[in-house]
Amino acid sequence: MAEAEKSEAQDVITLKVEFTGGLEMLFSNIKEHKLSLPAKDEQDKATTVNYLVDYLCKKVMKDRRKELFVQDGTVRPGILVLINDADWELEGEGSYELQPEDNILFVSTLHGG
Amino acid sequence: MPPSICAVCHANRAVILRPKNHAKLCKLCFIQTFEDEIHDTILSNKLFSHGERIAIGASGGKDSTVLASVLKTLNERHNYGAELLLLSIDEGIKGYRDDSLETVKRNAEQYDMPLTIVGYDELYGWTMDQVVEQVGKKGNCTYCGVFRRQALDRGAAMLGVKHVVTGHNADDVAETVLMNLLRGDLPRLSRATSIITSTPSASDSELTNIRRSKPLKYAYEKEIVLYAHHKKLDYFSTECIYSPEAFRGSARALIKNLERIRPSAILDIVRSGEDMAKLVPGATNDSCGGNCATGGALAVTGEEEGEGGCGSTGGRTAGGDMAQMESQLRNNEAAEAAGLEMEVPSRAPAAEGRNGSSENRKQLPFRREKNAPKQQTMGKCERCGYLSSQAICKACMLLEGLNKSRPRTSIVGVDAMR
Repeated sequence: MAEAEKSEAQDVITLKVEFTGGLEMLFSNIKEHKLSLPAKDEQDKATTVNYLVDYLCKKVMKDRRKELFVQDGTVRPGILVLINDADWELEGEGSYELQPEDNILFVSTLHGG
Repeated sequence: MPPSICAVCHANRAVILRPKNHAKLCKLCFIQTFEDEIHDTILSNKLFSHGERIAIGASGGKDSTVLASVLKTLNERHNYGAELLLLSIDEGIKGYRDDSLETVKRNAEQYDMPLTIVGYDELYGWTMDQVVEQVGKKGNCTYCGVFRRQALDRGAAMLGVKHVVTGHNADDVAETVLMNLLRGDLPRLSRATSIITSTPSASDSELTNIRRSKPLKYAYEKEIVLYAHHKKLDYFSTECIYSPEAFRGSARALIKNLERIRPSAILDIVRSGEDMAKLVPGATNDSCGGNCATGGALAVTGEEEGEGGCGSTGGRTAGGDMAQMESQLRNNEAAEAAGLEMEVPSRAPAAEGRNGSSENRKQLPFRREKNAPKQQTMGKCERCGYLSSQAICKACMLLEGLNKSRPRTSIVGVDAMR
Protein backbone atom coordinates (compact mmCIF):
# COMPACT_ATOMS: atom_id res chain seq x y z
CA MET A 1 0.00 0.00 0.00
CA ALA A 2 2.50 2.65 1.10
CA GLU A 3 5.06 0.65 -0.76
CA ALA A 4 3.14 0.96 -4.00
CA GLU A 5 5.55 3.55 -5.36
CA LYS A 6 8.45 1.25 -4.70
CA SER A 7 7.03 -1.46 -6.95
CA GLU A 8 6.53 0.96 -9.81
CA ALA A 9 10.24 1.56 -9.96
CA GLN A 10 10.88 -2.14 -10.55
CA ASP A 11 9.45 -4.34 -13.27
CA VAL A 12 9.53 -7.44 -11.11
CA ILE A 13 8.37 -8.09 -7.59
CA THR A 14 9.79 -10.84 -5.46
CA LEU A 15 7.51 -12.84 -3.22
CA LYS A 16 7.74 -15.60 -0.68
CA VAL A 17 5.06 -18.19 -1.42
CA GLU A 18 4.48 -21.00 1.06
CA PHE A 19 2.43 -24.18 0.96
CA THR A 20 1.51 -26.09 4.11
CA GLY A 21 -1.11 -28.40 5.52
CA GLY A 22 -0.34 -31.05 2.92
CA LEU A 23 -0.61 -28.71 -0.07
CA GLU A 24 3.15 -28.87 -0.57
CA MET A 25 2.54 -32.35 -2.02
CA LEU A 26 1.22 -30.67 -5.16
CA PHE A 27 4.28 -28.44 -5.42
CA SER A 28 7.12 -30.95 -5.61
CA ASN A 29 7.09 -31.25 -1.80
CA ILE A 30 8.71 -27.85 -1.50
CA LYS A 31 7.10 -25.71 1.17
CA GLU A 32 8.78 -22.41 0.48
CA HIS A 33 9.11 -20.85 -2.96
CA LYS A 34 10.87 -17.59 -3.81
CA LEU A 35 9.20 -16.15 -6.87
CA SER A 36 9.76 -13.16 -9.08
CA LEU A 37 6.65 -11.92 -10.84
CA PRO A 38 6.21 -9.07 -13.29
CA ALA A 39 4.90 -6.03 -11.49
CA LYS A 40 2.32 -5.45 -14.23
CA ASP A 41 0.19 -7.94 -16.10
CA GLU A 42 -0.50 -7.99 -19.86
CA GLN A 43 -3.09 -5.24 -19.50
CA ASP A 44 -0.55 -3.09 -17.65
CA LYS A 45 -2.43 -3.52 -14.38
CA ALA A 46 -0.75 -4.32 -11.08
CA THR A 47 -0.40 -8.05 -10.56
CA THR A 48 -2.82 -9.54 -8.12
CA VAL A 49 -3.19 -12.73 -6.09
CA ASN A 50 -5.39 -14.06 -8.90
CA TYR A 51 -2.45 -13.57 -11.26
CA LEU A 52 -0.22 -15.39 -8.79
CA VAL A 53 -2.62 -18.34 -8.53
CA ASP A 54 -2.74 -18.62 -12.31
CA TYR A 55 1.05 -18.32 -12.48
CA LEU A 56 1.46 -21.06 -9.86
CA CYS A 57 -0.76 -23.40 -11.86
CA LYS A 58 0.97 -22.74 -15.16
CA LYS A 59 4.59 -22.29 -14.16
CA VAL A 60 5.25 -23.79 -10.75
CA MET A 61 2.91 -26.72 -10.24
CA LYS A 62 4.19 -29.90 -11.84
CA ASP A 63 1.39 -32.07 -10.46
CA ARG A 64 -1.33 -32.55 -13.03
CA ARG A 65 -4.15 -32.50 -10.54
CA LYS A 66 -4.80 -28.76 -10.83
CA GLU A 67 -8.33 -29.26 -9.53
CA LEU A 68 -6.88 -30.01 -6.11
CA PHE A 69 -5.61 -26.44 -5.97
CA VAL A 70 -8.03 -24.39 -8.07
CA GLN A 71 -11.73 -24.74 -8.72
CA ASP A 72 -14.02 -22.47 -10.72
CA GLY A 73 -11.22 -20.06 -11.41
CA THR A 74 -10.22 -19.49 -7.82
CA VAL A 75 -8.49 -21.24 -4.96
CA ARG A 76 -10.40 -24.36 -4.02
CA PRO A 77 -12.69 -24.13 -0.97
CA GLY A 78 -10.93 -25.60 2.04
CA ILE A 79 -7.62 -23.96 1.16
CA LEU A 80 -6.86 -20.88 3.25
CA VAL A 81 -4.89 -18.01 1.78
CA LEU A 82 -2.96 -15.74 4.12
CA ILE A 83 -1.43 -12.51 2.86
CA ASN A 84 1.30 -11.45 5.27
CA ASP A 85 -0.44 -13.60 7.89
CA ALA A 86 -3.85 -12.00 7.33
CA ASP A 87 -6.85 -13.84 5.90
CA TRP A 88 -7.07 -12.86 2.24
CA GLU A 89 -10.77 -12.11 2.75
CA LEU A 90 -9.63 -9.09 4.76
CA GLU A 91 -7.34 -7.99 1.95
CA GLY A 92 -9.66 -8.15 -1.04
CA GLU A 93 -9.10 -11.83 -1.87
CA GLY A 94 -7.91 -12.44 -5.41
CA SER A 95 -7.94 -8.78 -6.37
CA TYR A 96 -5.30 -7.90 -3.76
CA GLU A 97 -2.41 -6.16 -5.53
CA LEU A 98 0.88 -7.83 -4.74
CA GLN A 99 3.57 -5.77 -3.03
CA PRO A 100 7.32 -6.47 -3.06
CA GLU A 101 8.40 -9.01 -0.45
CA ASP A 102 4.84 -10.07 0.29
CA ASN A 103 4.45 -13.41 2.01
CA ILE A 104 1.61 -15.43 0.55
CA LEU A 105 0.72 -18.63 2.38
CA PHE A 106 -1.61 -21.34 1.11
CA VAL A 107 -2.77 -23.76 3.82
CA SER A 108 -4.88 -26.79 3.14
CA THR A 109 -7.46 -27.64 5.80
CA LEU A 110 -8.49 -30.72 3.87
CA HIS A 111 -5.82 -33.14 4.94
CA GLY A 112 -6.08 -35.46 7.86
CA GLY A 113 -3.43 -36.57 10.25
CA MET B 1 -7.97 -1.86 1.17
CA PRO B 2 -7.29 -0.08 4.46
CA PRO B 3 -6.08 -2.44 7.17
CA SER B 4 -8.87 -3.66 9.45
CA ILE B 5 -8.63 -3.12 13.18
CA CYS B 6 -9.34 -5.86 15.73
CA ALA B 7 -12.94 -5.75 16.97
CA VAL B 8 -11.90 -6.78 20.50
CA CYS B 9 -8.82 -4.76 21.41
CA HIS B 10 -9.40 -1.95 18.86
CA ALA B 11 -5.63 -1.61 18.65
CA ASN B 12 -3.96 -4.26 16.53
CA ARG B 13 -4.35 -5.12 12.88
CA ALA B 14 -7.06 -7.72 12.32
CA VAL B 15 -5.75 -10.84 10.59
CA ILE B 16 -8.64 -13.24 11.17
CA LEU B 17 -12.16 -13.12 9.80
CA ARG B 18 -14.20 -15.46 11.95
CA PRO B 19 -16.43 -17.76 9.90
CA LYS B 20 -19.15 -17.99 12.55
CA ASN B 21 -19.85 -14.26 12.95
CA HIS B 22 -17.60 -12.33 10.56
CA ALA B 23 -15.78 -10.72 13.50
CA LYS B 24 -12.37 -9.33 12.58
CA LEU B 25 -9.75 -10.17 15.18
CA CYS B 26 -6.04 -9.70 15.71
CA LYS B 27 -3.84 -12.67 16.34
CA LEU B 28 -3.73 -12.43 20.14
CA CYS B 29 -7.45 -11.75 20.57
CA PHE B 30 -8.23 -14.63 18.22
CA ILE B 31 -6.13 -17.07 20.23
CA GLN B 32 -7.74 -15.89 23.46
CA THR B 33 -11.28 -16.06 22.02
CA PHE B 34 -10.72 -19.50 20.52
CA GLU B 35 -9.49 -20.85 23.87
CA ASP B 36 -12.33 -19.17 25.79
CA GLU B 37 -14.91 -20.77 23.54
CA ILE B 38 -13.47 -24.25 24.05
CA HIS B 39 -13.48 -23.56 27.79
CA ASP B 40 -17.17 -22.58 27.55
CA THR B 41 -17.94 -25.78 25.66
CA ILE B 42 -16.19 -27.84 28.33
CA LEU B 43 -17.97 -26.06 31.19
CA SER B 44 -21.45 -25.87 29.73
CA ASN B 45 -21.43 -29.54 28.78
CA LYS B 46 -19.69 -30.57 32.02
CA LEU B 47 -17.18 -32.53 30.01
CA PHE B 48 -14.55 -32.91 32.70
CA SER B 49 -14.62 -33.56 36.41
CA HIS B 50 -11.88 -32.43 38.78
CA GLY B 51 -8.99 -34.82 39.06
CA GLU B 52 -10.11 -36.84 36.05
CA ARG B 53 -7.53 -38.74 33.99
CA ILE B 54 -8.19 -38.00 30.34
CA ALA B 55 -6.60 -39.59 27.30
CA ILE B 56 -6.33 -37.42 24.21
CA GLY B 57 -6.67 -39.48 21.04
CA ALA B 58 -3.62 -38.10 19.24
CA SER B 59 -2.75 -38.65 15.59
CA GLY B 60 -0.25 -35.85 15.13
CA GLY B 61 -2.69 -34.11 12.79
CA LYS B 62 -3.97 -30.57 13.18
CA ASP B 63 -7.11 -31.37 15.17
CA SER B 64 -5.62 -33.52 17.87
CA THR B 65 -2.50 -31.36 18.11
CA VAL B 66 -4.63 -28.25 18.65
CA LEU B 67 -6.79 -30.19 21.11
CA ALA B 68 -3.76 -31.23 23.16
CA SER B 69 -2.33 -27.71 23.11
CA VAL B 70 -5.60 -26.02 24.07
CA LEU B 71 -6.42 -28.54 26.81
CA LYS B 72 -2.98 -28.10 28.34
CA THR B 73 -3.43 -24.32 28.31
CA LEU B 74 -6.95 -24.45 29.76
CA ASN B 75 -6.08 -27.08 32.34
CA GLU B 76 -3.42 -24.78 33.73
CA ARG B 77 -5.34 -21.55 33.29
CA HIS B 78 -8.64 -22.71 34.78
CA ASN B 79 -7.33 -25.33 37.14
CA TYR B 80 -9.34 -28.28 35.78
CA GLY B 81 -7.10 -30.57 37.78
CA ALA B 82 -7.17 -32.99 34.86
CA GLU B 83 -4.38 -35.44 34.24
CA LEU B 84 -3.83 -35.38 30.48
CA LEU B 85 -2.31 -38.27 28.57
CA LEU B 86 -1.70 -38.85 24.88
CA LEU B 87 -3.02 -42.04 23.31
CA SER B 88 -2.04 -42.88 19.75
CA ILE B 89 -3.08 -45.70 17.52
CA ASP B 90 -0.52 -47.23 15.20
CA GLU B 91 -2.45 -48.73 12.31
CA GLY B 92 0.75 -50.04 10.84
CA ILE B 93 0.88 -48.00 7.65
CA LYS B 94 4.45 -47.40 6.57
CA GLY B 95 5.19 -44.00 5.10
CA TYR B 96 2.14 -42.53 6.76
CA ARG B 97 1.50 -43.43 10.36
CA ASP B 98 5.12 -43.94 11.30
CA ASP B 99 5.80 -40.37 10.18
CA SER B 100 2.84 -38.90 12.02
CA LEU B 101 3.75 -40.80 15.18
CA GLU B 102 7.08 -38.97 15.16
CA THR B 103 5.05 -35.77 15.42
CA VAL B 104 3.08 -37.16 18.36
CA LYS B 105 6.34 -38.07 20.07
CA ARG B 106 7.51 -34.48 19.72
CA ASN B 107 4.12 -33.25 20.99
CA ALA B 108 4.47 -35.47 24.06
CA GLU B 109 7.71 -33.66 24.89
CA GLN B 110 6.40 -30.21 23.96
CA TYR B 111 3.29 -30.59 26.12
CA ASP B 112 4.92 -32.72 28.80
CA MET B 113 2.30 -35.47 28.52
CA PRO B 114 2.99 -39.20 28.73
CA LEU B 115 2.39 -40.97 25.42
CA THR B 116 1.06 -44.48 24.85
CA ILE B 117 1.04 -46.03 21.39
CA VAL B 118 -1.22 -49.03 20.75
CA GLY B 119 -0.63 -50.96 17.55
CA TYR B 120 -3.06 -52.88 15.41
CA ASP B 121 -0.45 -55.62 15.18
CA GLU B 122 -0.38 -56.23 18.93
CA LEU B 123 -4.18 -55.92 19.26
CA TYR B 124 -5.30 -57.83 16.20
CA GLY B 125 -2.22 -59.54 14.81
CA TRP B 126 -2.55 -57.54 11.60
CA THR B 127 -1.09 -54.24 10.49
CA MET B 128 -3.08 -52.24 7.94
CA ASP B 129 -0.27 -52.85 5.45
CA GLN B 130 -0.94 -56.58 5.82
CA VAL B 131 -4.71 -56.09 5.66
CA VAL B 132 -4.34 -54.17 2.39
CA GLU B 133 -2.09 -56.86 1.03
CA GLN B 134 -4.88 -59.29 1.81
CA VAL B 135 -8.06 -57.45 0.85
CA GLY B 136 -6.74 -54.82 -1.56
CA LYS B 137 -7.07 -51.08 -1.36
CA LYS B 138 -10.80 -51.10 -1.86
CA GLY B 139 -12.76 -51.44 1.34
CA ASN B 140 -9.75 -51.49 3.61
CA CYS B 141 -11.03 -48.31 5.31
CA THR B 142 -13.84 -50.37 6.86
CA TYR B 143 -11.29 -52.54 8.63
CA CYS B 144 -9.30 -49.55 9.73
CA GLY B 145 -12.37 -47.74 11.09
CA VAL B 146 -13.72 -50.72 13.03
CA PHE B 147 -10.30 -51.54 14.42
CA ARG B 148 -9.55 -47.95 15.39
CA ARG B 149 -12.69 -47.47 17.41
CA GLN B 150 -11.92 -50.51 19.54
CA ALA B 151 -8.24 -49.68 19.70
CA LEU B 152 -8.88 -46.34 21.39
CA ASP B 153 -11.09 -48.03 24.00
CA ARG B 154 -8.58 -50.81 24.52
CA GLY B 155 -5.75 -48.32 24.87
CA ALA B 156 -7.79 -46.36 27.40
CA ALA B 157 -8.54 -49.55 29.33
CA MET B 158 -4.83 -50.40 29.36
CA LEU B 159 -4.15 -47.00 30.87
CA GLY B 160 -7.02 -47.31 33.33
CA VAL B 161 -8.55 -44.18 31.82
CA LYS B 162 -12.33 -43.73 31.70
CA HIS B 163 -12.47 -40.78 29.34
CA VAL B 164 -11.09 -40.30 25.83
CA VAL B 165 -11.29 -36.95 24.05
CA THR B 166 -11.01 -36.72 20.29
CA GLY B 167 -10.32 -33.84 17.92
CA HIS B 168 -13.59 -33.97 15.96
CA ASN B 169 -14.42 -30.45 14.83
CA ALA B 170 -17.57 -28.68 13.62
CA ASP B 171 -16.82 -29.52 9.98
CA ASP B 172 -16.51 -33.22 10.88
CA VAL B 173 -19.82 -33.18 12.74
CA ALA B 174 -21.60 -31.25 9.97
CA GLU B 175 -20.32 -33.76 7.44
CA THR B 176 -21.54 -36.68 9.54
CA VAL B 177 -24.94 -35.03 10.00
CA LEU B 178 -25.34 -34.71 6.23
CA MET B 179 -24.22 -38.27 5.57
CA ASN B 180 -26.54 -39.75 8.18
CA LEU B 181 -29.45 -37.65 6.95
CA LEU B 182 -28.90 -38.83 3.39
CA ARG B 183 -28.63 -42.40 4.59
CA GLY B 184 -31.71 -42.00 6.75
CA ASP B 185 -29.75 -43.44 9.66
CA LEU B 186 -31.53 -41.79 12.58
CA PRO B 187 -29.91 -43.63 15.51
CA ARG B 188 -26.49 -42.78 14.18
CA LEU B 189 -27.50 -39.20 13.57
CA SER B 190 -28.29 -38.94 17.23
CA ARG B 191 -25.00 -40.48 18.32
CA ALA B 192 -22.90 -38.45 15.93
CA THR B 193 -24.25 -35.13 17.12
CA SER B 194 -23.72 -35.80 20.84
CA ILE B 195 -20.76 -34.08 22.37
CA ILE B 196 -20.39 -36.95 24.84
CA THR B 197 -20.94 -40.58 24.06
CA SER B 198 -20.41 -43.51 26.30
CA THR B 199 -20.34 -47.23 25.93
CA PRO B 200 -22.53 -48.49 28.76
CA SER B 201 -23.47 -52.12 29.02
CA ALA B 202 -24.91 -54.50 31.51
CA SER B 203 -21.57 -56.18 31.94
CA ASP B 204 -18.80 -54.65 33.97
CA SER B 205 -16.05 -55.24 31.50
CA GLU B 206 -13.25 -52.74 31.77
CA LEU B 207 -13.78 -51.92 28.12
CA THR B 208 -17.19 -50.48 28.82
CA ASN B 209 -18.19 -47.17 30.28
CA ILE B 210 -15.37 -45.34 28.59
CA ARG B 211 -16.62 -41.86 27.83
CA ARG B 212 -15.86 -40.17 24.54
CA SER B 213 -16.12 -36.44 24.11
CA LYS B 214 -15.39 -33.85 21.45
CA PRO B 215 -14.32 -30.53 23.00
CA LEU B 216 -13.72 -29.05 19.51
CA LYS B 217 -17.21 -29.94 18.31
CA TYR B 218 -18.17 -26.29 17.77
CA ALA B 219 -14.77 -25.19 16.46
CA TYR B 220 -14.42 -24.53 12.74
CA GLU B 221 -11.72 -26.47 10.95
CA LYS B 222 -10.58 -23.17 9.48
CA GLU B 223 -10.02 -21.71 12.94
CA ILE B 224 -8.27 -24.86 14.14
CA VAL B 225 -5.81 -24.56 11.27
CA LEU B 226 -5.37 -20.84 11.92
CA TYR B 227 -4.86 -21.46 15.64
CA ALA B 228 -2.17 -24.03 14.82
CA HIS B 229 -0.60 -21.59 12.38
CA HIS B 230 -0.54 -18.57 14.67
CA LYS B 231 0.62 -20.59 17.68
CA LYS B 232 3.21 -22.27 15.43
CA LEU B 233 2.13 -25.73 16.52
CA ASP B 234 3.98 -28.73 15.21
CA TYR B 235 1.53 -30.91 13.30
CA PHE B 236 1.62 -33.48 10.56
CA SER B 237 -0.51 -33.31 7.46
CA THR B 238 -0.71 -35.77 4.68
CA GLU B 239 -3.31 -38.06 3.32
CA CYS B 240 -3.40 -41.72 4.20
CA ILE B 241 -1.61 -43.58 1.42
CA TYR B 242 -4.54 -46.00 1.10
CA SER B 243 -7.13 -43.31 0.45
CA PRO B 244 -5.18 -40.55 -1.27
CA GLU B 245 -8.28 -39.17 -2.94
CA ALA B 246 -10.44 -39.42 0.14
CA PHE B 247 -11.04 -35.70 0.19
CA ARG B 248 -12.32 -35.57 -3.35
CA GLY B 249 -15.98 -35.76 -4.25
CA SER B 250 -16.92 -36.36 -0.67
CA ALA B 251 -19.43 -34.80 1.67
CA ARG B 252 -16.43 -32.85 2.85
CA ALA B 253 -16.24 -31.00 -0.45
CA LEU B 254 -19.92 -30.12 -0.17
CA ILE B 255 -19.38 -28.70 3.32
CA LYS B 256 -16.45 -26.62 2.12
CA ASN B 257 -18.43 -25.28 -0.82
CA LEU B 258 -21.26 -24.31 1.52
CA GLU B 259 -18.76 -22.57 3.78
CA ARG B 260 -17.47 -20.53 0.87
CA ILE B 261 -20.99 -19.25 0.18
CA ARG B 262 -22.10 -18.74 3.78
CA PRO B 263 -19.59 -19.64 6.49
CA SER B 264 -22.16 -19.94 9.27
CA ALA B 265 -23.71 -22.87 7.38
CA ILE B 266 -21.39 -25.30 9.15
CA LEU B 267 -22.55 -24.47 12.66
CA ASP B 268 -26.13 -24.23 11.41
CA ILE B 269 -25.90 -27.84 10.18
CA VAL B 270 -24.40 -28.94 13.49
CA ARG B 271 -27.24 -27.27 15.43
CA SER B 272 -29.88 -28.62 13.06
CA GLY B 273 -28.40 -32.07 13.50
CA GLU B 274 -28.69 -31.72 17.27
CA ASP B 275 -32.31 -30.58 16.99
CA MET B 276 -33.23 -33.40 14.63
CA ALA B 277 -31.48 -35.89 16.90
CA LYS B 278 -33.79 -34.82 19.74
CA LEU B 279 -36.73 -35.89 17.60
CA VAL B 280 -35.34 -39.39 17.09
CA PRO B 281 -37.57 -41.66 19.18
CA GLY B 282 -35.77 -43.41 21.98
CA ALA B 283 -32.60 -41.45 21.50
CA THR B 284 -32.81 -39.80 24.89
CA ASN B 285 -30.57 -40.70 27.75
CA ASP B 286 -33.04 -43.17 29.23
CA SER B 287 -31.36 -45.65 26.94
CA CYS B 288 -28.22 -45.38 29.01
CA GLY B 289 -29.61 -47.77 31.56
CA GLY B 290 -28.54 -45.62 34.47
CA ASN B 291 -24.90 -45.92 33.56
CA CYS B 292 -24.55 -42.40 32.27
CA ALA B 293 -22.44 -40.04 34.24
CA THR B 294 -23.98 -36.91 32.83
CA GLY B 295 -27.41 -36.12 31.51
CA GLY B 296 -28.25 -33.94 28.56
CA ALA B 297 -26.15 -34.42 25.51
CA LEU B 298 -25.18 -37.99 26.16
CA ALA B 299 -25.79 -40.77 23.74
CA VAL B 300 -25.12 -44.43 23.68
CA THR B 301 -22.58 -45.35 21.14
CA GLY B 302 -22.19 -48.55 19.30
CA GLU B 303 -19.10 -50.26 18.07
CA GLU B 304 -19.80 -49.18 14.53
CA GLU B 305 -19.46 -45.46 15.05
CA GLY B 306 -16.00 -45.34 13.61
CA GLU B 307 -16.81 -47.66 10.77
CA GLY B 308 -15.91 -46.51 7.32
CA GLY B 309 -14.04 -43.56 8.70
CA CYS B 310 -10.64 -42.92 7.31
CA GLY B 311 -8.19 -40.35 8.41
CA SER B 312 -7.61 -40.13 12.10
CA THR B 313 -10.82 -38.27 12.68
CA GLY B 314 -13.34 -41.05 12.50
CA GLY B 315 -16.03 -38.82 11.07
CA ARG B 316 -14.25 -38.39 7.80
CA THR B 317 -15.90 -40.33 5.05
CA ALA B 318 -14.08 -42.06 2.30
CA GLY B 319 -14.10 -40.63 -1.17
CA GLY B 320 -16.87 -41.61 -3.48
CA ASP B 321 -19.38 -41.71 -0.64
CA MET B 322 -21.34 -38.92 -2.20
CA ALA B 323 -21.21 -40.53 -5.59
CA GLN B 324 -22.56 -43.71 -4.09
CA MET B 325 -25.29 -41.75 -2.38
CA GLU B 326 -26.22 -40.04 -5.61
CA SER B 327 -26.58 -43.29 -7.49
CA GLN B 328 -28.70 -44.60 -4.64
CA LEU B 329 -30.95 -41.58 -4.87
CA ARG B 330 -31.23 -42.04 -8.62
CA ASN B 331 -32.25 -45.64 -8.08
CA ASN B 332 -34.83 -44.56 -5.55
CA GLU B 333 -36.24 -42.03 -7.95
CA ALA B 334 -36.43 -44.64 -10.66
CA ALA B 335 -38.18 -47.00 -8.29
CA GLU B 336 -40.64 -44.33 -7.30
CA ALA B 337 -41.38 -43.49 -10.89
CA ALA B 338 -42.07 -47.13 -11.50
CA GLY B 339 -44.61 -47.04 -8.69
CA LEU B 340 -42.53 -49.17 -6.39
CA GLU B 341 -42.08 -48.75 -2.70
CA MET B 342 -39.12 -46.61 -1.84
CA GLU B 343 -36.42 -48.34 -0.02
CA VAL B 344 -33.11 -47.25 1.37
CA PRO B 345 -30.72 -49.89 0.19
CA SER B 346 -28.31 -51.20 2.73
CA ARG B 347 -24.77 -49.96 2.42
CA ALA B 348 -23.54 -52.25 5.14
CA PRO B 349 -20.25 -54.06 4.69
CA ALA B 350 -20.45 -57.67 3.61
CA ALA B 351 -19.66 -58.90 7.10
CA GLU B 352 -22.98 -57.58 8.34
CA GLY B 353 -25.09 -59.89 6.34
CA ARG B 354 -23.70 -62.76 8.29
CA ASN B 355 -24.61 -61.55 11.72
CA GLY B 356 -28.27 -61.49 11.00
CA SER B 357 -28.91 -57.78 10.92
CA SER B 358 -29.76 -57.66 7.26
CA GLU B 359 -33.45 -57.87 8.05
CA ASN B 360 -33.49 -54.68 10.09
CA ARG B 361 -31.39 -52.88 7.57
CA LYS B 362 -33.90 -53.40 4.83
CA GLN B 363 -36.75 -51.81 6.71
CA LEU B 364 -38.41 -48.83 5.16
CA PRO B 365 -37.48 -45.53 6.68
CA PHE B 366 -41.11 -44.64 7.32
CA ARG B 367 -41.95 -47.84 9.06
CA ARG B 368 -38.86 -47.53 11.11
CA GLU B 369 -39.92 -44.16 12.35
CA LYS B 370 -43.35 -45.31 13.43
CA ASN B 371 -42.00 -48.19 15.44
CA ALA B 372 -39.10 -46.14 16.77
CA PRO B 373 -35.64 -47.14 15.70
CA LYS B 374 -34.44 -50.39 17.08
CA GLN B 375 -32.39 -49.74 20.15
CA GLN B 376 -29.04 -51.36 20.37
CA THR B 377 -28.94 -53.79 23.20
CA MET B 378 -25.39 -53.99 24.31
CA GLY B 379 -23.74 -57.16 25.36
CA LYS B 380 -20.25 -58.54 25.20
CA CYS B 381 -18.54 -60.08 22.23
CA GLU B 382 -18.23 -63.81 22.86
CA ARG B 383 -14.68 -63.81 21.60
CA CYS B 384 -12.95 -60.67 22.79
CA GLY B 385 -15.26 -59.27 25.46
CA TYR B 386 -15.66 -55.97 23.66
CA LEU B 387 -18.99 -54.19 23.77
CA SER B 388 -21.18 -55.48 20.98
CA SER B 389 -24.80 -55.52 19.95
CA GLN B 390 -24.19 -58.86 18.28
CA ALA B 391 -22.86 -62.11 19.67
CA ILE B 392 -19.57 -61.47 17.91
CA CYS B 393 -18.29 -57.94 17.50
CA LYS B 394 -17.48 -56.41 14.14
CA ALA B 395 -13.73 -56.48 14.65
CA CYS B 396 -13.84 -60.21 15.39
CA MET B 397 -16.02 -60.80 12.32
CA LEU B 398 -13.53 -58.96 10.15
CA LEU B 399 -10.60 -60.75 11.76
CA GLU B 400 -12.23 -64.10 11.16
CA GLY B 401 -12.43 -63.32 7.47
CA LEU B 402 -8.82 -62.17 7.39
CA ASN B 403 -7.46 -65.12 9.33
CA LYS B 404 -9.39 -67.65 7.24
CA SER B 405 -7.72 -66.52 4.07
CA ARG B 406 -4.30 -66.10 5.57
CA PRO B 407 -3.02 -69.68 5.05
CA ARG B 408 -4.03 -69.55 1.40
CA THR B 409 -2.05 -66.43 0.66
CA SER B 410 0.90 -67.68 2.63
CA ILE B 411 1.48 -70.19 -0.13
CA VAL B 412 1.97 -67.32 -2.54
CA GLY B 413 3.72 -64.86 -0.33
CA VAL B 414 5.58 -65.81 2.82
CA ASP B 415 5.60 -62.13 3.75
CA ALA B 416 1.98 -62.25 4.80
CA MET B 417 2.88 -64.64 7.60
CA ARG B 418 4.47 -63.21 10.64
